[in-house]
Amino acid sequence: MLEALSYEFIQNAVIAGILVSLISGIIGSLVVVNRMVFLAGGIAHAAYGGIGIAIFTGIPIFLGTTIFAVFAALIMAFVTIKQRENIDTFIGLIWAVGMAIGIILVDLTPGYNVDLMSYLFGSILAVTREDLYFMAALFVVIIFVMTFWYRDILAVSYDSEYASLSGINVKFFYTLILILSALTVVIAIKVVGLILVIALLTIPIYIAQNLSSSLYSMMLISGFIASLFTIVGLWLSYSFDLTSGATIILVSALSLMLFMIVQKIR
Amino acid sequence: MQTKFNQRVIEIENLSFAYDKEFVLEKINLIVDNRDFLVLIGPNGGGKSTLVKLILGINPIQSGSVKILNKPLHNSLSQIGYVPQNTNVNTNFPIKAIEVVMMGHHTHKRAIFGYKKEETEHAMHVLRQVGMEEFADKKIGSLSGGQRQRVMIARALCANPKILLLDEPTSSIDADGQKQIYELLRELNKKITVIVVSHDLSVVLQYATKVAHINKKLAFHDLSSVKKEFEMSSDTHVCEVELLQMLGKCKC
Ligand SMILES: Nc1ncnc2c1ncn2[C@@H]1O[C@H](COP(=O)(O)OP(=O)(O)OP(=O)(O)O)[C@@H](O)[C@H]1O
Ligand SMILES: [Mg+2]
Repeated sequence: MLEALSYEFIQNAVIAGILVSLISGIIGSLVVVNRMVFLAGGIAHAAYGGIGIAIFTGIPIFLGTTIFAVFAALIMAFVTIKQRENIDTFIGLIWAVGMAIGIILVDLTPGYNVDLMSYLFGSILAVTREDLYFMAALFVVIIFVMTFWYRDILAVSYDSEYASLSGINVKFFYTLILILSALTVVIAIKVVGLILVIALLTIPIYIAQNLSSSLYSMMLISGFIASLFTIVGLWLSYSFDLTSGATIILVSALSLMLFMIVQKIR
Repeated sequence: MQTKFNQRVIEIENLSFAYDKEFVLEKINLIVDNRDFLVLIGPNGGGKSTLVKLILGINPIQSGSVKILNKPLHNSLSQIGYVPQNTNVNTNFPIKAIEVVMMGHHTHKRAIFGYKKEETEHAMHVLRQVGMEEFADKKIGSLSGGQRQRVMIARALCANPKILLLDEPTSSIDADGQKQIYELLRELNKKITVIVVSHDLSVVLQYATKVAHINKKLAFHDLSSVKKEFEMSSDTHVCEVELLQMLGKCKC
């Protein structure tokens, strides 16, 4: 294992894994306490539309996915702010339409595209320098946002009606949370793939939620746990030549089961 | 700005409201004076919460007017402290009691980042006022219903409002807990105006100085005269049915 660390692509994978885990810990916590898991799932799957557009038009896939995911997040924000009652229908709609657009556009693109599988199941070993810069930049932005607006985001998440009474711009922060979720989904796709994004955004968070008494500690603990799962998963996938994304998720899920059993016993 | 003893703190004129087409409230008129203890009663769906949210500015004013301390509402939390109807939702949320209380500070008085020392001290002060000081660092979900309700009252008191508005504050609390909450409100009422939505008529009897019955329209009763009448006509024990009859009599 240690000699593996001398390869650049392994180094990149480890750095990316940790960055994405820390980011997912923070944003995943927000997604869970705001009950936006289904929303984030919708954005993740709608992002497939972005992959389709990128392949069809020839723009870089990462760029296409980012733009499309943020676009989907803005639509969701717009729709759900206006009508928080039956938002599930709209989310399901955006979820399905995004995927459908992706599938059709891939159909229309001549030639078989090998890259596609890596977007469904992740390709952490193919992370590039540029990807790392993007992840690091997002991490810095998120730390900045959380430092300066922690109270507002906490208030909006816990009780949005009261937050608005105290003079906080609820719509702004709600939209901000969704956009950050979209960006997180895009980088998490790199690590575990589109299909498993939601697991990364919820399993470590569930464990952390039971261990913390404030949102702040929940974010830190989630980030730490997620990093642990990612590193262990990466190591197993390297040692036994398994798909990294799926291995990371299975490590997480098994740990969650163990955690629940230990909690039951105590 | 000193509030004089008999000053009007809330003045509602000809207020009507509809969520869709149908009116939920119709031509409501209501005057609340300083240091009143007003209880809002009425059937489920009668429009009590809707009226509360109109007063707070959560629902937009469609027709008629609401004046708080002689002006249209602004900066609501420092004028009216609010305890919402459903405080049992979101109990799994990782937040400490003191953090909930500090949500009650209005944004324009806050630190750019983190919590100012005065803010924390003041939050502890209001927690002490409601008897919840020692629970400050407890997770909100680990408190009992009555304790949580006290924290919500502390949050409402945080910005030093002149009016305290509570929407069914004791709906999930046992008899003892209810009494404690209302005793607390009576204590607070020595300094500020208290408005409570309640289904409990014994509350009306024991604590209210004024009652408004809301079922789309509003019927108002000043209890000071009714209570006196009671004390003369019957024994000190007043039963709820009689009170209802009394209230029915003066339903104009
Ligand atoms: N957000 C909303 N959108 C549409 N209709 C609403 C909304 N909130 C309340 N209503 C309707 O307005 C009417 C009055 O509701 P309101 O919540 O004010 O009643 P209430 O007197 O507080 O009842 P309860 O005692 O059950 O709390 C009801 O018919 C309700 O269905
Ligand atoms: Mg109500």
